[in-house]
Amino acid sequence: MSLRSSARALPTLLRVGAYEALAYRGEMIVWMLATTMPLVMLALWVAVAQDAPVGRYGQPQFVAYFLATFVVRQLTGAWVFYTMNFEIRDGTLSMRLLRPVHPLLAYTAESIASMPLRIVVSIPVAVLSLVIVGSGAVTHDPALWVLWAVSITGAWLISLCVNFVVGCTAFFAESSMKFMDAWLVFYFVLSGYLVPIDLFPPALRAVVDWLPFRYQIGFPVEIMTGALTLHQAAALLARQWMWVLIGAGATSVLWRRGLRQFAAYGG
Amino acid sequence: MIRVRELRKHYQVHERAPGVGAAFRSLFRRKYKTVAAVDGIAFDIAAGERVGFLGPNGAGKTTTLKVLAGLLHPTSGEVRVDDHEPRRREDAFLRKIMLVLGQKQQLLWDLPPSDTFELNRAVYDVPHDQYAETMRELSELLELGDLVKKPTRTLSLGERMKCELAAALVHRPRVLFLDEPTIGLDVSMQATVRDFIERYNKRYDATILLTSHYMEDVQRLCPRVIVIDKGKLVHDGPLEELVAKIRPDKRVSLRFSRPVDRGDLAAFGTVVRHDAGESVLDVHKDEVNGVLSRALATLPVSDLTVENPPLEEVMSELFARGREGR
Repeated sequence: MSLRSSARALPTLLRVGAYEALAYRGEMIVWMLATTMPLVMLALWVAVAQDAPVGRYGQPQFVAYFLATFVVRQLTGAWVFYTMNFEIRDGTLSMRLLRPVHPLLAYTAESIASMPLRIVVSIPVAVLSLVIVGSGAVTHDPALWVLWAVSITGAWLISLCVNFVVGCTAFFAESSMKFMDAWLVFYFVLSGYLVPIDLFPPALRAVVDWLPFRYQIGFPVEIMTGALTLHQAAALLARQWMWVLIGAGATSVLWRRGLRQFAAYGG
Repeated sequence: MIRVRELRKHYQVHERAPGVGAAFRSLFRRKYKTVAAVDGIAFDIAAGERVGFLGPNGAGKTTTLKVLAGLLHPTSGEVRVDDHEPRRREDAFLRKIMLVLGQKQQLLWDLPPSDTFELNRAVYDVPHDQYAETMRELSELLELGDLVKKPTRTLSLGERMKCELAAALVHRPRVLFLDEPTIGLDVSMQATVRDFIERYNKRYDATILLTSHYMEDVQRLCPRVIVIDKGKLVHDGPLEELVAKIRPDKRVSLRFSRPVDRGDLAAFGTVVRHDAGESVLDVHKDEVNGVLSRALATLPVSDLTVENPPLEEVMSELFARGREGR
């Protein structure tokens, strides 16, 4: 599909996606509640840091870190692999393939369309964070906030590409669900979602710096909480976008190969 | 409009015997078998034609339609639809065609059909005035009324199929692939859908390739039929020709003014059904005139009709022959 006609269709795709998100608002809110793990970790780490700080983290730093983690998670979540897996196995993908809009663009629009509902949940948490920990817990450098916005986009794109790659495995395997389960194990442990990455042993941290997980959660949180200098943030941003490109490349290859053997079951 | 040459679509299918042992072995060593869903078929369809695509279950009909719609990549062969190669799924191609699968839907399940129509208007880039005109027309022909405002999940099967057809036609496709469009519908809804398909074909000179297990659909809509079995083409031509080839008999129904013995009818043809006041015979088409003259002269005939045998019987016989040949 040409870029111009895609751009023309995008507002309607977003609008219909938002209608669907609202139609599933109950399910969406349950899902959002299920992503409150950072708040559980917050309570846990605050208790651990009661007597003495852990690394550079005292109680206020843990509060700021995990509230920021919650916000970042809400803004970068993508779950299109679930729909893809179902539609590829069931053959419903056929109906998307018949339309002159790239199915990946349609999935992307559906993912973006659910964002406003998540922002509605994130804003009170962000405000609450500022009230609890004070404005000193977040960076005041406008340049870092610009990099944060870019890093949030990068984090969301990595999540989206992971969803696409895992979703595409349904073309080749009987189900892609278990691949996502495996990915999530590493994601939870290595992204900074449960434990801030600067608390990792140095050897593990050196490895994690080159893996994509940190760039999905920990990196935007670190920028937001002022843990990185402008120079450090810019260097890590380059690595994050390297993963965006790798994800986009892998998606493109798997999608094209997958379509060649799509069996379009059913009908 | 449609040109198909030596089309083949083969699948690799994973095979496993039942049982835990076989399941465990298949973890390490998988057996695959090649299934020829479509095996070297060729045909041409001109613009504006309505063609029935028939065959028993698993004959390769839906696979062929999906190849023609660009959903499946052919294993080999040439396929052109209005000068496009479907597997490339070019924009211009997708704007000209639509595939309606009776058992798959494009309507958004939890939203009213009007949202799917609007989505299709945007993705097919249909001008607003043309969209309004098309929707007015579709709404009238399919009697959509307020259906379009109710969430799809609350509609009955027939209501959903009407909305499904409307969604498929928002962009006025010139080529329509219909796979079992009347499946599961009641008789009156089947008639509505059939009538609509015929009108759409005439109004837009659309090319229509239709599969159906309801022979009424085929008889009413398709002057030409293509029959495939086991992935191979077994007939391509007028429906009448197929009937004449498979069952060269005419079905003669005789009504009598007084009872007639079954034995008295044997000389006229094969007795299909008989009771004292009425009989149904199969008579070879070349002998119909002679048989009718003799029957009128020797039997107390008060009324008679001559018809082709029911298409269902013709198709059953054709497919049974195919099974015997397997």
